[in-house]
Amino acid sequence: MTERKIGDVILEVNNISLNFGGVKALTDISFNVREHEVRAIIGPNGAGKSSMLNCINGVYTPQQGSITFRGQTFSNMNSRQVAEMGFARTFQSLALFKGMSVLDNIMTGRNLRMRTNLFQQAIRWGAAEREETTQREFVEKIIDFLEIQAHRKTPVGRLPYGLQKRVDLGRALAMEPQVLLLDEPMAGMNVEEKQDMSRFILDVNDEYGTTVVLIEHDMSVVMDISDRVVVLDYGKKIGDGTPDEVRASPDVISAYLGTSH
Amino acid sequence: MGPFLETLFGGLMTGMLYSLVALGFVLIYKASGVFNFAQGAMVLSAALAMARFSEWIPQWLGFDNKLLANVLAFAVAMMMMVAAAWLIERLVLSKLVNQEGITLLMATLGIAYFMDGSGQTLFGSDIYKIDVGLPKDPMFLLENIFEGGLLINKEDLYAAVIAAALVVMLTLFFQYTATGRALRAVADDHQAAQSIGIPLNRIWVIVWSVAGFVALVAGVIWGSKLGVQFSLSLVALKALPVVILGGLTSVPGAIIGGLIIGVGEKLSEVFIGPYLGGGIEIWFGYVLVLFVLLVRPQGLFGEKIIDRV
Repeated sequence: MTERKIGDVILEVNNISLNFGGVKALTDISFNVREHEVRAIIGPNGAGKSSMLNCINGVYTPQQGSITFRGQTFSNMNSRQVAEMGFARTFQSLALFKGMSVLDNIMTGRNLRMRTNLFQQAIRWGAAEREETTQREFVEKIIDFLEIQAHRKTPVGRLPYGLQKRVDLGRALAMEPQVLLLDEPMAGMNVEEKQDMSRFILDVNDEYGTTVVLIEHDMSVVMDISDRVVVLDYGKKIGDGTPDEVRASPDVISAYLGTSH
Repeated sequence: MGPFLETLFGGLMTGMLYSLVALGFVLIYKASGVFNFAQGAMVLSAALAMARFSEWIPQWLGFDNKLLANVLAFAVAMMMMVAAAWLIERLVLSKLVNQEGITLLMATLGIAYFMDGSGQTLFGSDIYKIDVGLPKDPMFLLENIFEGGLLINKEDLYAAVIAAALVVMLTLFFQYTATGRALRAVADDHQAAQSIGIPLNRIWVIVWSVAGFVALVAGVIWGSKLGVQFSLSLVALKALPVVILGGLTSVPGAIIGGLIIGVGEKLSEVFIGPYLGGGIEIWFGYVLVLFVLLVRPQGLFGEKIIDRV
């Protein structure tokens, strides 16, 4: 893992503030993400982690501040446009397509790579058929990688929670993203499932060099797999650095353990 | 036995046509969560366009070939439905993303009035004929088993076959193409679909176009049977109990619901009707659905609604 080369800064978050009516979800948050690194955003419940991720993902438009990806600043982009720029995400509360099989769910991740049009597909014309086959090969690799071969044809609604989380990751991976945004990938999992998920995240990062931005509130997991960590509390940034630096910071300790005044 | 089977077949064929209209409701509901009250108006507009263009096009271009006229008229009517789908997305749906279901429902009610009105303004409000060459003469089946055989209306039979073929095509399209997959994805979860780069607006145009196509086919078949007039848009009212019975989210539900109601109303008319003074056909579907709602509110094949508390 130490061989992995961390590159230049590719994603910059500058002075983001986000309000919902009178509620300040985020206040003046800035941090950056380097290519190929695993960057974590942590904080207690309600710290604004998910809001931050949703800003990067284009779900929310922050009132102030900007987000720059590879020199391109985006404001007012919707999730689809952000997806086209090379971002993929998973969801905290699963947002899989429940009625569809595991295979179909992951295949939807290839949507942006499909070039044939509706009519070619409707008559299963040569190009559409070939395209479906090549995309299917790619998806099969992901299925192997995530060790869910046995569930290929199962409707995802019937899978246990831990496996659904894997399918969610698989769908994001199918997009071949440059940056993978993970919203609490380990939430609600038992120890074994958490270990599996950590392994998958590190393997993705390692093998494909995908930059990972993840949110977690479980400190122990995050500290093991992240290169750098941002700590949020009540919508403000209270720490930023390597896991060891963050762990030693008095502000972070008081946010997590409470202070004795 | 003979009269019973005759009624049964008649019911199945009418049922298939109900299914066709119901299918339009289900397609749009599945992909956008909108209960589209304009489906009936779409059937009427499409049928009006088909009827008038098949009359006008030969006049404009000066030829006299019925088949060619029908094919051209069908193509033009289809283009009109696609244009309508595009306009509806542009002017109505895209402004109402993430709004309550009831808001969208009211919007489609508005679309329905607009389409009813504009269709009749453009194409006139008389009774028109669509003649696509469906045979009108009856035929007799199984003459050696029953005395006199079974009387089957050929036109109904053809219509049922066309409707069935359409249903199979749509099912295959939804199940086995990339676009079909994207449509199902949007139906399940808007936000997740957007996050993997599926363009909601284009998907909506496609769905409304497909629903327009279904409306056109239904309009042509009903129109060639009964003539094209304003009351055609009321066919949609017949499809309401069908979608509720079958389940709003289920394509097979629309088909089976249509068959059940088609058969049910014909059989009850013939066999129970005399005791109640007739006219059962008109209300049978609604009463049946009332009982279904009491027992299975999600319909026979709909997804059970489980709310997280």
